Amino acid sequence: MSTSFTPVVAGSALASDAPAPATAKSVPRQGETPNPSAAALQARFPTAVKQVRVVWGETTVIVDGGQLLEIVQWLHDDPSQRYDFLSDVTAVEFRDLELPIEVVWHLRSLPYRRFLRLKVLLEKGSPLEVPSVWSVYRAADWLERECYDMFGIRFSGHPDLRRLLMWEQYREGYPLRKDFPLRGRFSRSEQLRQALAANPEARYTKEELSIAQAFEDLPDDMRRRLSAGEKTGE
Amino acid sequence: MGLSRRPDPAITQLSSGGDPWTTTRLDFVVNWARANSLWPMPFGTACCAIEFMATAASRFDLARFGMERQSFSPRQADVLICAGRVPFKLAPVLRRIWQQMPQPKWCISMGSCASSGNGIFDNYAVVQGIDTIIPVDVYVPGCPPRPEGLLYGIMLLQKKVMNERSADKSLRNEMEPDPRSQLYIPAPMIDEVSEPFGNSVHQTRSGL
Repeated sequence: MSTSFTPVVAGSALASDAPAPATAKSVPRQGETPNPSAAALQARFPTAVKQVRVVWGETTVIVDGGQLLEIVQWLHDDPSQRYDFLSDVTAVEFRDLELPIEVVWHLRSLPYRRFLRLKVLLEKGSPLEVPSVWSVYRAADWLERECYDMFGIRFSGHPDLRRLLMWEQYREGYPLRKDFPLRGRFSRSEQLRQALAANPEARYTKEELSIAQAFEDLPDDMRRRLSAGEKTGE
Repeated sequence: MGLSRRPDPAITQLSSGGDPWTTTRLDFVVNWARANSLWPMPFGTACCAIEFMATAASRFDLARFGMERQSFSPRQADVLICAGRVPFKLAPVLRRIWQQMPQPKWCISMGSCASSGNGIFDNYAVVQGIDTIIPVDVYVPGCPPRPEGLLYGIMLLQKKVMNERSADKSLRNEMEPDPRSQLYIPAPMIDEVSEPFGNSVHQTRSGL
Protein backbone atom coordinates (compact mmCIF):
# COMPACT_ATOMS: atom_id res chain seq x y z
CA MET A 1 0.00 0.00 0.00
CA SER A 2 1.56 3.26 -1.01
CA THR A 3 -0.07 6.65 -0.67
CA SER A 4 1.35 9.92 -1.80
CA PHE A 5 3.15 11.63 1.02
CA THR A 6 3.61 15.36 1.24
CA PRO A 7 6.03 16.44 3.93
CA VAL A 8 4.80 19.23 6.19
CA VAL A 9 7.25 22.09 6.49
CA ALA A 10 6.89 23.92 9.77
CA GLY A 11 5.90 27.52 9.21
CA SER A 12 5.30 26.99 5.50
CA ALA A 13 1.92 28.75 5.63
CA LEU A 14 3.30 31.87 7.29
CA ALA A 15 4.03 35.00 5.31
CA SER A 16 7.55 35.22 4.00
CA ASP A 17 8.25 38.31 6.09
CA ALA A 18 7.04 36.67 9.31
CA PRO A 19 9.60 36.91 12.11
CA ALA A 20 11.78 33.91 12.67
CA PRO A 21 10.62 31.69 15.54
CA ALA A 22 12.39 32.49 18.78
CA THR A 23 12.30 31.00 22.24
CA ALA A 24 9.70 32.83 24.30
CA LYS A 25 11.30 34.82 27.10
CA SER A 26 9.66 36.42 30.15
CA VAL A 27 6.13 35.49 29.08
CA PRO A 28 3.60 37.06 31.45
CA ARG A 29 1.15 34.80 33.21
CA GLN A 30 -1.82 36.72 31.86
CA GLY A 31 -2.33 39.20 29.08
CA GLU A 32 -0.35 37.70 26.23
CA THR A 33 -2.05 38.07 22.84
CA PRO A 34 -4.26 35.04 22.20
CA ASN A 35 -3.75 32.63 19.34
CA PRO A 36 -5.60 34.09 16.28
CA SER A 37 -7.45 30.78 15.97
CA ALA A 38 -9.40 31.65 19.12
CA ALA A 39 -11.00 34.69 17.50
CA ALA A 40 -11.65 32.68 14.35
CA LEU A 41 -13.36 30.01 16.42
CA GLN A 42 -15.51 32.62 18.15
CA ALA A 43 -16.57 34.02 14.80
CA ARG A 44 -17.27 30.60 13.31
CA PHE A 45 -18.91 28.92 16.34
CA PRO A 46 -20.33 31.80 18.45
CA THR A 47 -22.54 29.54 20.58
CA ALA A 48 -20.06 26.73 21.15
CA VAL A 49 -17.13 28.81 22.39
CA LYS A 50 -17.71 29.55 26.05
CA GLN A 51 -14.48 31.13 27.16
CA VAL A 52 -11.01 32.02 25.89
CA ARG A 53 -8.12 32.15 28.34
CA VAL A 54 -4.47 32.97 27.79
CA VAL A 55 -2.15 31.62 30.46
CA TRP A 56 1.63 31.71 30.12
CA GLY A 57 1.20 32.67 26.47
CA GLU A 58 -0.86 29.58 25.65
CA THR A 59 -4.44 29.90 24.50
CA THR A 60 -7.15 27.74 26.01
CA VAL A 61 -10.59 27.66 24.43
CA ILE A 62 -13.39 26.15 26.46
CA VAL A 63 -15.98 24.77 24.10
CA ASP A 64 -19.28 22.96 24.21
CA GLY A 65 -18.86 19.18 24.16
CA GLY A 66 -21.68 18.65 21.70
CA GLN A 67 -19.94 20.58 18.96
CA LEU A 68 -16.41 19.45 19.71
CA LEU A 69 -16.02 17.12 16.75
CA GLU A 70 -17.33 19.79 14.38
CA ILE A 71 -14.86 22.33 15.81
CA VAL A 72 -11.89 19.99 15.60
CA GLN A 73 -12.81 18.99 12.08
CA TRP A 74 -12.97 22.65 11.08
CA LEU A 75 -9.65 23.44 12.77
CA HIS A 76 -8.10 20.53 10.91
CA ASP A 77 -9.58 21.25 7.49
CA ASP A 78 -9.80 25.02 7.22
CA PRO A 79 -6.91 26.42 5.16
CA SER A 80 -6.57 29.34 7.56
CA GLN A 81 -6.06 27.01 10.53
CA ARG A 82 -4.53 23.68 9.42
CA TYR A 83 -4.20 22.06 12.83
CA ASP A 84 -2.61 18.90 11.52
CA PHE A 85 -1.17 17.46 14.70
CA LEU A 86 -2.96 16.21 17.79
CA SER A 87 -0.32 16.06 20.49
CA ASP A 88 -2.36 15.06 23.51
CA VAL A 89 -5.76 14.08 24.83
CA THR A 90 -6.06 14.00 28.58
CA ALA A 91 -8.31 15.04 31.45
CA VAL A 92 -8.07 16.94 34.71
CA GLU A 93 -10.04 16.29 37.84
CA PHE A 94 -10.00 18.68 40.77
CA ARG A 95 -10.36 17.74 44.38
CA ASP A 96 -13.16 20.28 44.76
CA LEU A 97 -16.46 18.45 44.25
CA GLU A 98 -18.05 21.51 42.65
CA LEU A 99 -15.45 21.87 39.91
CA PRO A 100 -16.14 19.92 36.74
CA ILE A 101 -13.81 17.40 35.12
CA GLU A 102 -11.96 18.95 32.21
CA VAL A 103 -11.15 16.99 29.06
CA VAL A 104 -8.21 18.56 27.25
CA TRP A 105 -7.09 18.37 23.62
CA HIS A 106 -3.74 19.80 22.59
CA LEU A 107 -3.69 20.76 18.93
CA ARG A 108 -0.74 21.99 16.98
CA SER A 109 -0.63 23.64 13.58
CA LEU A 110 2.73 22.98 12.04
CA PRO A 111 2.25 25.20 8.94
CA TYR A 112 1.21 28.18 11.07
CA ARG A 113 3.37 27.34 14.12
CA ARG A 114 0.38 27.59 16.44
CA PHE A 115 -0.63 25.77 19.58
CA LEU A 116 -4.22 25.58 20.77
CA ARG A 117 -5.70 23.91 23.80
CA LEU A 118 -9.35 22.91 23.71
CA LYS A 119 -11.25 22.04 26.85
CA VAL A 120 -14.65 20.54 27.50
CA LEU A 121 -16.10 20.77 31.00
CA LEU A 122 -18.04 17.76 32.31
CA GLU A 123 -20.04 18.10 35.50
CA LYS A 124 -19.31 15.32 37.96
CA GLY A 125 -22.89 14.13 38.19
CA SER A 126 -23.40 13.96 34.44
CA PRO A 127 -22.37 11.07 32.20
CA LEU A 128 -18.70 11.49 31.32
CA GLU A 129 -18.99 11.32 27.57
CA VAL A 130 -17.44 13.42 24.82
CA PRO A 131 -17.19 12.85 21.08
CA SER A 132 -14.10 11.06 19.81
CA VAL A 133 -11.83 12.88 17.37
CA TRP A 134 -10.54 9.58 15.97
CA SER A 135 -12.25 10.32 12.64
CA VAL A 136 -10.04 13.43 12.29
CA TYR A 137 -6.80 12.31 13.91
CA ARG A 138 -5.80 8.64 14.01
CA ALA A 139 -3.40 9.62 16.80
CA ALA A 140 -6.41 9.95 19.07
CA ASP A 141 -6.82 6.16 19.18
CA TRP A 142 -4.46 5.31 22.04
CA LEU A 143 -4.67 8.76 23.65
CA GLU A 144 -8.41 8.38 24.10
CA ARG A 145 -8.04 4.80 25.26
CA GLU A 146 -5.57 5.94 27.92
CA CYS A 147 -7.91 8.73 28.98
CA TYR A 148 -10.77 6.25 29.22
CA ASP A 149 -8.58 3.85 31.18
CA MET A 150 -7.42 6.41 33.72
CA PHE A 151 -10.47 8.66 34.07
CA GLY A 152 -13.42 6.64 32.82
CA ILE A 153 -14.35 9.23 30.20
CA ARG A 154 -16.16 7.63 27.28
CA PHE A 155 -15.33 8.82 23.80
CA SER A 156 -18.36 8.19 21.66
CA GLY A 157 -17.40 7.18 18.14
CA HIS A 158 -14.08 5.61 19.10
CA PRO A 159 -13.75 2.35 17.15
CA ASP A 160 -12.08 0.29 19.88
CA LEU A 161 -12.54 1.88 23.29
CA ARG A 162 -10.96 -0.44 25.86
CA ARG A 163 -8.33 -0.11 28.52
CA LEU A 164 -4.81 0.64 27.41
CA LEU A 165 -2.49 0.71 30.43
CA MET A 166 -4.35 -1.53 32.84
CA TRP A 167 -5.37 -4.96 31.62
CA GLU A 168 -8.79 -5.25 30.08
CA GLN A 169 -10.42 -7.19 32.91
CA TYR A 170 -9.31 -4.60 35.47
CA ARG A 171 -12.28 -4.06 37.75
CA GLU A 172 -11.14 -1.64 40.43
CA GLY A 173 -12.14 1.55 38.68
CA TYR A 174 -10.30 4.45 37.14
CA PRO A 175 -6.96 5.05 38.85
CA LEU A 176 -6.48 8.78 38.23
CA ARG A 177 -9.86 9.75 39.65
CA LYS A 178 -9.61 11.60 42.94
CA ASP A 179 -11.80 9.11 44.81
CA PHE A 180 -9.51 6.22 43.84
CA PRO A 181 -7.32 5.08 46.74
CA LEU A 182 -3.64 5.00 45.87
CA ARG A 183 -3.29 1.27 46.54
CA GLY A 184 -6.43 0.34 44.65
CA ARG A 185 -9.62 -0.99 46.13
CA PHE A 186 -8.85 -4.68 46.56
CA SER A 187 -6.38 -6.41 48.85
CA ARG A 188 -2.95 -7.22 47.48
CA SER A 189 -3.66 -10.93 47.22
CA GLU A 190 -6.91 -10.28 45.37
CA GLN A 191 -5.17 -7.88 43.00
CA LEU A 192 -2.49 -10.46 42.34
CA ARG A 193 -5.02 -13.22 41.85
CA GLN A 194 -6.92 -11.19 39.27
CA ALA A 195 -3.74 -10.09 37.53
CA LEU A 196 -2.42 -13.65 37.30
CA ALA A 197 -5.76 -14.91 36.01
CA ALA A 198 -5.53 -12.53 33.06
CA ASN A 199 -4.28 -14.19 29.93
CA PRO A 200 -1.85 -11.83 28.24
CA GLU A 201 -2.55 -13.43 24.89
CA ALA A 202 -6.33 -13.52 25.21
CA ARG A 203 -7.02 -10.66 22.84
CA TYR A 204 -4.88 -9.49 20.02
CA THR A 205 -4.28 -5.96 18.89
CA LYS A 206 -5.03 -4.84 15.38
CA GLU A 207 -1.33 -4.96 14.55
CA GLU A 208 -1.18 -8.61 15.57
CA LEU A 209 -4.30 -9.36 13.55
CA SER A 210 -2.64 -7.85 10.51
CA ILE A 211 0.03 -10.55 10.94
CA ALA A 212 -2.74 -13.12 10.53
CA GLN A 213 -3.72 -11.44 7.29
CA ALA A 214 -0.13 -11.81 6.14
CA PHE A 215 -0.35 -15.58 6.60
CA GLU A 216 -0.04 -16.26 2.89
CA ASP A 217 3.26 -14.40 2.77
CA LEU A 218 4.87 -16.57 5.45
CA PRO A 219 7.52 -19.17 4.50
CA ASP A 220 6.22 -22.62 3.58
CA ASP A 221 7.46 -24.49 6.64
CA MET A 222 6.06 -21.90 9.02
CA ARG A 223 2.67 -21.99 7.30
CA ARG A 224 2.64 -25.79 7.54
CA ARG A 225 3.48 -25.72 11.24
CA LEU A 226 0.95 -23.04 12.06
CA SER A 227 -1.85 -24.70 10.14
CA ALA A 228 -1.09 -27.97 11.96
CA GLY A 229 -2.12 -26.16 15.10
CA GLU A 230 1.29 -25.40 16.59
CA LYS A 231 1.02 -22.78 19.28
CA THR A 232 3.54 -20.03 19.70
CA GLY A 233 4.51 -18.69 23.07
CA GLU A 234 3.91 -21.94 24.91
CA MET B 1 49.97 -18.87 57.29
CA GLY B 2 48.43 -17.38 54.21
CA LEU B 3 50.62 -19.36 51.90
CA SER B 4 49.40 -22.82 52.83
CA ARG B 5 46.14 -23.77 51.12
CA ARG B 6 43.35 -25.01 53.28
CA PRO B 7 42.61 -28.58 52.17
CA ASP B 8 39.25 -28.88 50.48
CA PRO B 9 37.46 -31.85 51.99
CA ALA B 10 35.50 -32.39 48.78
CA ILE B 11 38.63 -33.14 46.77
CA THR B 12 41.22 -35.72 47.64
CA GLN B 13 44.35 -35.89 45.53
CA LEU B 14 46.25 -39.13 45.58
CA SER B 15 49.48 -40.08 43.91
CA SER B 16 50.48 -43.61 44.83
CA GLY B 17 53.00 -44.83 42.34
CA GLY B 18 52.05 -43.76 38.81
CA ASP B 19 49.90 -40.82 37.70
CA PRO B 20 48.20 -38.75 40.37
CA TRP B 21 44.44 -39.17 40.59
CA THR B 22 41.60 -37.47 42.36
CA THR B 23 38.48 -38.57 44.16
CA THR B 24 35.52 -36.33 44.94
CA ARG B 25 31.79 -36.39 45.46
CA LEU B 26 29.46 -36.41 42.46
CA ASP B 27 27.46 -33.58 44.02
CA PHE B 28 30.57 -31.48 44.19
CA VAL B 29 31.39 -31.91 40.50
CA VAL B 30 27.83 -31.31 39.36
CA ASN B 31 27.41 -28.27 41.57
CA TRP B 32 30.78 -26.92 40.52
CA ALA B 33 29.77 -27.20 36.88
CA ARG B 34 26.38 -25.63 37.48
CA ALA B 35 27.62 -22.78 39.64
CA ASN B 36 30.22 -21.75 37.10
CA SER B 37 27.99 -21.88 34.05
CA LEU B 38 24.82 -20.15 35.17
CA TRP B 39 23.08 -18.77 32.14
CA PRO B 40 21.07 -15.71 33.09
CA MET B 41 17.66 -14.89 31.70
CA PRO B 42 17.54 -11.10 32.04
CA PHE B 43 14.08 -9.79 32.79
CA GLY B 44 14.85 -6.08 32.83
CA THR B 45 12.00 -3.62 33.21
CA ALA B 46 13.56 -0.47 34.65
CA CYS B 47 16.75 1.28 35.71
CA CYS B 48 18.06 -1.89 37.39
CA ALA B 49 18.36 -3.32 33.88
CA ILE B 50 20.79 -0.51 33.03
CA GLU B 51 22.97 -1.58 35.95
CA PHE B 52 22.60 -5.16 34.82
CA MET B 53 23.84 -4.17 31.37
CA ALA B 54 26.77 -2.40 33.00
CA THR B 55 27.49 -5.58 34.95
CA ALA B 56 27.46 -7.60 31.76
CA ALA B 57 29.70 -5.14 29.93
CA SER B 58 33.46 -5.22 29.84
CA ARG B 59 34.25 -3.21 32.97
CA PHE B 60 32.54 -5.59 35.40
CA ASP B 61 32.38 -8.52 32.99
CA LEU B 62 29.75 -11.03 33.96
CA ALA B 63 31.56 -13.58 31.81
CA ARG B 64 34.04 -14.12 34.64
CA PHE B 65 31.27 -15.97 36.47
CA GLY B 66 30.39 -18.26 33.60
CA MET B 67 27.57 -15.98 32.54
CA GLU B 68 29.03 -15.22 29.15
CA ARG B 69 25.86 -16.21 27.40
CA GLN B 70 22.82 -14.09 28.13
CA SER B 71 19.92 -16.38 27.46
CA PHE B 72 17.05 -14.44 26.00
CA SER B 73 15.01 -17.61 25.81
CA PRO B 74 13.75 -19.07 29.08
CA ARG B 75 14.17 -22.60 27.69
CA GLN B 76 17.94 -22.30 27.75
CA ALA B 77 18.29 -20.33 30.98
CA ASP B 78 19.33 -21.27 34.51
CA VAL B 79 18.87 -18.12 36.53
CA LEU B 80 16.15 -15.53 36.11
CA ILE B 81 17.42 -12.08 37.01
CA CYS B 82 14.42 -9.85 37.52
CA ALA B 83 15.75 -6.30 37.33
CA GLY B 84 13.18 -3.61 37.90
CA ARG B 85 9.63 -3.08 39.05
CA VAL B 86 6.97 -5.48 37.87
CA PRO B 87 3.49 -4.07 37.32
CA PHE B 88 0.48 -6.31 37.84
CA LYS B 89 -0.07 -6.42 34.10
CA LEU B 90 3.35 -8.05 33.74
CA ALA B 91 2.81 -10.56 36.55
CA PRO B 92 1.37 -13.35 34.34
CA VAL B 93 4.22 -12.81 31.87
CA LEU B 94 6.89 -13.16 34.54
CA ARG B 95 5.10 -16.22 35.93
CA ARG B 96 5.00 -17.83 32.51
CA ILE B 97 8.68 -17.15 31.83
CA TRP B 98 9.54 -18.74 35.15
CA GLN B 99 7.42 -21.79 34.34
CA GLN B 100 9.06 -22.12 30.95
CA MET B 101 12.53 -22.38 32.47
CA PRO B 102 13.66 -25.98 32.95
CA GLN B 103 14.98 -27.30 36.25
CA PRO B 104 17.41 -26.68 37.83
CA LYS B 105 16.60 -23.00 37.94
CA TRP B 106 17.21 -20.13 40.31
CA CYS B 107 15.98 -16.59 40.61
CA ILE B 108 17.71 -13.37 41.60
CA SER B 109 15.50 -10.45 42.52
CA MET B 110 17.60 -7.42 41.65
CA GLY B 111 16.82 -4.11 43.30
CA SER B 112 14.31 -2.86 45.81
CA CYS B 113 11.37 -2.77 43.41
CA ALA B 114 11.59 -6.41 42.43
CA SER B 115 12.30 -7.43 46.02
CA SER B 116 9.66 -5.44 47.88
CA GLY B 117 7.95 -2.85 45.68
CA ASN B 118 10.35 -0.22 47.02
CA GLY B 119 7.81 1.74 49.07
CA ILE B 120 7.62 4.57 46.54
CA PHE B 121 5.82 2.20 44.19
CA ASP B 122 3.37 1.12 46.84
CA ASN B 123 0.44 1.86 44.53
CA TYR B 124 -2.37 0.23 42.60
CA ALA B 125 -0.23 -0.93 39.68
CA VAL B 126 2.95 -2.50 41.05
CA VAL B 127 3.56 -5.98 42.46
CA GLN B 128 4.93 -5.70 46.00
CA GLY B 129 7.87 -8.04 45.52
CA ILE B 130 8.17 -10.73 42.86
CA ASP B 131 8.37 -13.37 45.59
CA THR B 132 4.57 -13.13 45.66
CA ILE B 133 4.60 -14.54 42.09
CA ILE B 134 7.65 -16.82 41.88
CA PRO B 135 10.14 -18.20 44.41
CA VAL B 136 13.30 -16.12 44.79
CA ASP B 137 16.76 -17.35 45.81
CA VAL B 138 18.78 -14.16 46.26
CA TYR B 139 17.56 -10.64 46.90
CA VAL B 140 19.90 -7.82 45.91
CA PRO B 141 19.00 -4.57 47.69
CA GLY B 142 19.67 -1.16 46.22
CA CYS B 143 17.90 1.38 44.08
CA PRO B 144 19.42 0.41 41.74
CA PRO B 145 22.20 -1.79 43.13
CA ARG B 146 25.65 -1.07 41.81
CA PRO B 147 27.23 -3.78 39.62
CA GLU B 148 29.33 -4.84 42.61
CA GLY B 149 26.08 -5.49 44.47
CA LEU B 150 24.73 -7.69 41.72
CA LEU B 151 28.06 -9.52 41.47
CA TYR B 152 27.92 -10.17 45.21
CA GLY B 153 24.40 -11.53 44.79
CA ILE B 154 25.57 -13.79 41.99
CA MET B 155 28.45 -15.04 44.13
CA LEU B 156 25.98 -15.75 46.94
CA LEU B 157 23.89 -17.72 44.48
CA GLN B 158 26.98 -19.65 43.38
CA LYS B 159 27.67 -20.44 47.00
CA LYS B 160 24.09 -21.63 47.39
CA VAL B 161 24.39 -23.82 44.30
CA MET B 162 27.63 -25.30 45.61
CA ASN B 163 25.88 -26.41 48.79
CA GLU B 164 23.00 -28.20 47.08
CA ARG B 165 22.58 -31.95 47.39
CA SER B 166 21.19 -33.90 44.46
CA ALA B 167 19.51 -36.32 46.85
CA ASP B 168 17.40 -33.47 48.17
CA LYS B 169 14.45 -33.56 45.77
CA SER B 170 12.72 -30.67 47.49
CA LEU B 171 15.23 -28.30 45.87
CA ARG B 172 13.72 -29.09 42.49
CA ASN B 173 10.17 -28.61 43.70
CA GLU B 174 8.36 -26.75 40.93
CA MET B 175 6.00 -24.96 43.37
CA GLU B 176 2.99 -25.17 41.11
CA PRO B 177 0.44 -22.46 41.81
CA ASP B 178 -3.01 -23.29 43.06
CA PRO B 179 -5.08 -23.67 39.86
CA ARG B 180 -8.05 -21.86 41.32
CA SER B 181 -6.35 -18.81 42.79
CA GLN B 182 -3.16 -18.87 40.67
CA LEU B 183 -1.21 -18.10 43.86
CA TYR B 184 1.61 -20.33 45.06
CA ILE B 185 1.69 -18.99 48.61
CA PRO B 186 -1.37 -18.39 50.81
CA ALA B 187 -3.26 -15.15 50.25
CA PRO B 188 -2.88 -13.91 53.87
CA MET B 189 0.88 -14.24 53.51
CA ILE B 190 0.81 -12.09 50.38
CA ASP B 191 -1.23 -9.47 52.19
CA GLU B 192 1.21 -9.55 55.06
CA VAL B 193 4.38 -9.11 53.02
CA SER B 194 2.70 -6.40 50.95
CA GLU B 195 1.73 -4.33 53.98
CA PRO B 196 2.63 -0.66 53.78
CA PHE B 197 5.58 0.64 55.70
CA GLY B 198 7.25 3.97 56.35
CA ASN B 199 5.65 7.04 54.84
CA SER B 200 3.44 5.03 52.56
CA VAL B 201 1.28 4.03 55.55
CA HIS B 202 -0.47 7.39 55.25
CA GLN B 203 -1.32 7.02 51.58
CA THR B 204 -3.92 4.29 51.79
CA ARG B 205 -6.92 6.55 51.32
CA SER B 206 -7.23 9.61 49.16
CA GLY B 207 -8.21 12.78 51.01
CA LEU B 208 -11.55 12.94 49.28
